[in-house]
Amino acid sequence: MQAARQGFARVCPPVPHAGKGRVLTYAGAVQGLVPSGKPETCLVAKAAPTQRDTGAVEPAMADPVEHGITATQANSLRHGPDERGHFGGWYGGRFVAETLMPLVLELEQAYNTAKADPAFHKELDFYLRDYVGRPSPLWFARRMTEELGGAKIYMKREELNHTGSHKLNNVMGQILLARRMGRTRIVAETGAGQHGVATATVCALFGMKCVIYMGATDVERQSPNVFRMRLLGAEVVPVTAGAGTLKDAMNEAMRDWVANVADTYFLVGTVAGPHPYPAMVRDFQSVIGEETKEQMHAAEGRLPDVVVAAIGGGSNAMGIFHPFLDDPSVRLIGVEAAGCGLDSGKTAASIERGSPGVLHGNRTYLLQNADGQIDEAHSISAGLDYPGVGPEHSWLNDIGRAEYVGATDTEALDAFQLCTRTEGIIPALESAHAIAYATKIAQTLPKDTLLVVNISGRGDKDIFTVAEHLGVKL
Amino acid sequence: MSRIAARFQSLAAQGRGALIPYLEAYDPDLETSLALLKAMPDAGADLIEIGMPFSDPSADGPVIQAAARRGLKAGATLPGVLAMVAEFRKDNAETPVILMGYLNPIEAYGYDRFCTDAAKAGVDGLIIVDLPPEEADVIEKPAEDAGLDIIRLVAPTTSDDRLRYVLSHASGFVYYVSITGITGTRAASTDDLKAALPRIRAATTLPVAIGFGIRSPQQAATAASIADGAVVASALLATLADTLDAEGKATAETLPRVLEQIKALATAVQAGTVSADQPA
Ligand SMILES: Cc1ncc(COP(=O)(O)O)c(C=O)c1O
Repeated sequence: MQAARQGFARVCPPVPHAGKGRVLTYAGAVQGLVPSGKPETCLVAKAAPTQRDTGAVEPAMADPVEHGITATQANSLRHGPDERGHFGGWYGGRFVAETLMPLVLELEQAYNTAKADPAFHKELDFYLRDYVGRPSPLWFARRMTEELGGAKIYMKREELNHTGSHKLNNVMGQILLARRMGRTRIVAETGAGQHGVATATVCALFGMKCVIYMGATDVERQSPNVFRMRLLGAEVVPVTAGAGTLKDAMNEAMRDWVANVADTYFLVGTVAGPHPYPAMVRDFQSVIGEETKEQMHAAEGRLPDVVVAAIGGGSNAMGIFHPFLDDPSVRLIGVEAAGCGLDSGKTAASIERGSPGVLHGNRTYLLQNADGQIDEAHSISAGLDYPGVGPEHSWLNDIGRAEYVGATDTEALDAFQLCTRTEGIIPALESAHAIAYATKIAQTLPKDTLLVVNISGRGDKDIFTVAEHLGVKL
Repeated sequence: MSRIAARFQSLAAQGRGALIPYLEAYDPDLETSLALLKAMPDAGADLIEIGMPFSDPSADGPVIQAAARRGLKAGATLPGVLAMVAEFRKDNAETPVILMGYLNPIEAYGYDRFCTDAAKAGVDGLIIVDLPPEEADVIEKPAEDAGLDIIRLVAPTTSDDRLRYVLSHASGFVYYVSITGITGTRAASTDDLKAALPRIRAATTLPVAIGFGIRSPQQAATAASIADGAVVASALLATLADTLDAEGKATAETLPRVLEQIKALATAVQAGTVSADQPA
């Protein structure tokens, strides 16, 4: 356990081999480096994707691996989870204290009812269009494409949503659900503050009480968002436990929920937590992938070849991946934050360097030690600084349907600048991880390859962090 | 008969409920927590709950969080916790020991191996905070094979239907979480407890212990006489924390003060009076 580290102290020590130009290889899982009591699980899980080249992918129906993980539906990968909330029979689930179980079950029922109700969808569509500002454009990044000289790069412009990220898609869905359930008080966890801002925004819109838990370290490095949340009328509670990041904020939000079950709705910001959150948040975010599919058809008359998204908890990635899961020609790549490097010990790459375990209500890949204690994550980006990942990603990894790779702090900073300079789009540091990997592979792909990168948020909130790392005093 | 069943049976014959104090393993160090564990039965502990420290105790309040942090800092691991119990069992064969914690360390240890090793060490039951019956299949069989009870938590939010379902997966005793909230924050009123117990009794024949928020001897006596036992955790951990020096190390005060508090609780529980309503 460490005391709260403060603000910008979270930088990487110089690592000689972590320089630019080093090709990140997927699945460098070296047994001795996996911080887990069960490294063999990771190796099994990672075998499939390494063999893949840049071409089309079979819909992976890998052999059953440990715990009977298989693709549950022979003909579709989009039906999960099962009634227990499990993906592939093992990941996900509902690992919460008994006090919360009735609430989780009630939420599932309320969500299923809403999902089947055309009036709910009509209401959500209205707010998505007139308040969030959907659809978001699919932008052909001409200058970046020319500079890199490879695949055609398209950008899904989620940063143009109201509040500046994809987070509002999910928040809008859940706040309408909370209203239907008669809840009056909203609690949420936030890392970068984007989810907190989105939540505070809809609470202002609907006149609801809002409490946001945020790690003390994140409160410092994302101070503009803290100010925004307070302006919007939310109470922001800094959490000093642990490293003062997203994991600690999540613990504290769960404690609040347990203590205030009668009036409080826990508005989870990513595809994690107990069932039904991973499936529900994915459903609300799937609008990203659905639009992308349509827009790519309109622009190019076909499916994209590669879709790349950053992975924190995994909601923007799940949202853009899910509508493509049954299109085997579409290669799906999730980019985790490698922090100071995948093997530096200072990373947030849960899938690549973690092992399956149970935290925050679900079973998924976690950064943990051999005793099952959760490790602190590290990333320059507060929104990716989390030692877990949504359970559906864990499953997609194990069956080989999606690939999971890493981009370092340095690579993200480079991509942040490249995108800003060539496209006039300042991306969030989270999204910059996706851009970093996209630009890396774009150079190696034929010019007729269609690559979509999800720009999950805009980078205004990050300019202080970036300036600091570039040695500029603001 | 299991140690847990035998203990509740003999207390019922005496016409009183059980005092179940809690300690966090390795808090603030192995030697102190082992010495505390060994001294608890003589101080009046009828059953003992040992917390297995976890990095992310999301159902616990600040007092238990801090205790878990101290335990981890002192090097607590599951093998270490089991070794502590084995050491305790060398000269205590009767007092039931229940391990309480979160699922992930057990999953990392391996369910079969953990249950076998825990039973071998002399553990009698497990309370796994974040493992509802819906997910318990991973451990129910190995626990049963090893002769370990799975003690279930039920809460004020648990409906009658759900009580029946949850308690169909319970053994040993039932732990009634008397408040909706995290550990160590507030206490339920005597009236609330009196209203809750018949609901639980209707769903199970197992003994019922009440926990969360019990601090004073009076509250413990009340809970132990309305139900079959009272769990006291945060109040003892807070006392322990209070005796530590500036570096968080145990002092000469640590053991005597915690044991003195257990004795006071035990005296009240053994006298077995129900106090008037007194929310904390
Ligand atoms: C802009 C942006 N992108 C991505 C993320 C990561 O979350 P997720 O993986 O759930 O999309 C965040 C989280 O704060 C974010 O703010």
